[in-house]
Amino acid sequence: MIPVSVRFFGRRALQLVIVVLGIAITNFFLLRLAPGDAAQVLAGEAGSATPEYLAALRKQFGLDQPLPVQFALYLRNLLSLNLGFSFRQGLPVLELIAQRLPATLLLMGTSITFALLVGSAMGVAAARRAGRATDTVISSIALLFYATPVFWTGIMLIVVFSVWLDWLPVGGMTSIERGYTGLAYLKDVAAHLVIPATTLGLFFLAVYTRLMRAAMIDVQQQDFVRTAVAKGLRPGRIAYRHVVRNALLPVLTMLGVQVGAVLGGAVLVETVFSWPGLGRLAFEALFQRDLNLLLGILLCSSVVVVLANAAIDFLYTVLDPRIELS
Amino acid sequence: MALVDIVAHIPPARIAQDNAFFRTARQPSAVVGVLLLGFVVAMALLANQIFPGDPLDFVGQPFQRPGEDPSFPLGTDMLGRDLASGIFHGARISLLIGAVATAMSLVIGVGVGAFAGYYGGKIDASLMRLTEFFQTIPPFLFALTIVAILQPSIATIVGAIGVTAWPSLARLVRAEFLKLRHGDMVQAEIALGASDMRIIFRHLLPNTLAPIIVSASVMVATAILTESSLAFLGLGDPNVVSWGGMVGAGREVLRSDWYIATLPGVAIVVAVLALNLLGDGLNDAVDPKQERR
Repeated sequence: MIPVSVRFFGRRALQLVIVVLGIAITNFFLLRLAPGDAAQVLAGEAGSATPEYLAALRKQFGLDQPLPVQFALYLRNLLSLNLGFSFRQGLPVLELIAQRLPATLLLMGTSITFALLVGSAMGVAAARRAGRATDTVISSIALLFYATPVFWTGIMLIVVFSVWLDWLPVGGMTSIERGYTGLAYLKDVAAHLVIPATTLGLFFLAVYTRLMRAAMIDVQQQDFVRTAVAKGLRPGRIAYRHVVRNALLPVLTMLGVQVGAVLGGAVLVETVFSWPGLGRLAFEALFQRDLNLLLGILLCSSVVVVLANAAIDFLYTVLDPRIELS
Repeated sequence: MALVDIVAHIPPARIAQDNAFFRTARQPSAVVGVLLLGFVVAMALLANQIFPGDPLDFVGQPFQRPGEDPSFPLGTDMLGRDLASGIFHGARISLLIGAVATAMSLVIGVGVGAFAGYYGGKIDASLMRLTEFFQTIPPFLFALTIVAILQPSIATIVGAIGVTAWPSLARLVRAEFLKLRHGDMVQAEIALGASDMRIIFRHLLPNTLAPIIVSASVMVATAILTESSLAFLGLGDPNVVSWGGMVGAGREVLRSDWYIATLPGVAIVVAVLALNLLGDGLNDAVDPKQERR
């Protein structure tokens, strides 16, 4: 018999291959739908590339060949991890993405943690007082944040915390001019992170508040909770030891579903706050019509989503030992 | 008292009122949602009457604060465009794009979900692979890439949102179809010799309509958010006014004139909140047993 972990990684690897192939096909045809010559599109805005570079591109992508040959060449480039060269930024696309990815992961990680912790706490509080004023207030706040576009939340936080109060920095990731190192550098990055991470987190907070509230109410009605009550355990202990742990599973599932959406939100937040991540890179690519770079970012973000979901499947087995990797 | 007696004591009017419409009307969130949505729809319908002329025209002095000049109740932006006119006309674009994109997602999502759930087997497996693929690509980034490549216009924005927003609906419809597929109703239809299409469209689809309508209202809300986000990044149709685009323009003068970016954002929040509240209310009315999620 094949060990479970081998099957798990095999299935995930297959999923990764399917996604990469699918995006390759999508990208390939999107490029052909773009107005103008594909070589021009790949090179960025018309006129910015030299004729020699355009000729080289046409040769590399076989643009004078029939469509199936073009597609095969496109795939070959992709499989050899050649995502092309960004003429605008003067670096290979893959290198650019690798440079920007850590900043995005830091932003996403911080805001998801914030949304998860605060959202779950709000959901638990609402469920324990279900139907009363506290519940209504918490549910209304959650709904309001869920209806607010992240870019506007960001702008409003800038107005309040930077323009009016002048408490926190709201642009970039570091104060480059200060030349901090070591601990001071980390503190500086943390100060820059507060408002962007809060902005992104507030939108997703609502999702976890509602989910946690529903899951808590669901678990509260189960037999083992009644047993715990009958044993005479304190309500607080029942809530945190018995109910929350079980209610966390659907929250974790939602985390996996939302990775892609959080990445999309990161594009907006990074644009508002000039955060030097993948989203900001996407905006720059958009602004300069560097479409090949944009397609590369789309591909790499989808790979991030697959990997994040694999990690969440693994976390499941840690939270609930009855679940096996499949 | 026997059940029959209890029923006999309920005035006939009460029984008549126990349908989905009246159950919805009793949900406070649905009522607030309908009121807010009615307000936004009224703004869209009356935009041409109250604010005739192109909202993109420069009509007054730039940087007038709200209330400064009675003829521009919400003030003007840095180019002297009337903010109130932009917000009213923006309602049209937001609702139009939200509704058409959702209609497109409904066709794809219901189609994929219905065929996957009804036929099962290999068709189900391949359609679900496709759905999974679309769920893996970050939807906003995907929509952004499509609009960027095809050039922003109302048609490409609607297409991009429609193509990226259907996967969760397909899963929902598939699950509902799976529940009904092997039930007595479908068996009876097969025994009567009804065609697959007839069973799907005449019998199964009407029975899954309630959850589809609930998701549709939330999908319009999400589509409006996506459209405003695209416009904020500069991917709006350049020929029409859009709330997201107005916020994006106002961002440039945030430090001195914060109201220019603030006001259109309030409009987005109101429209999205209205549709989400309506979705919540419909959900509780359609399925009263289920705890709100």
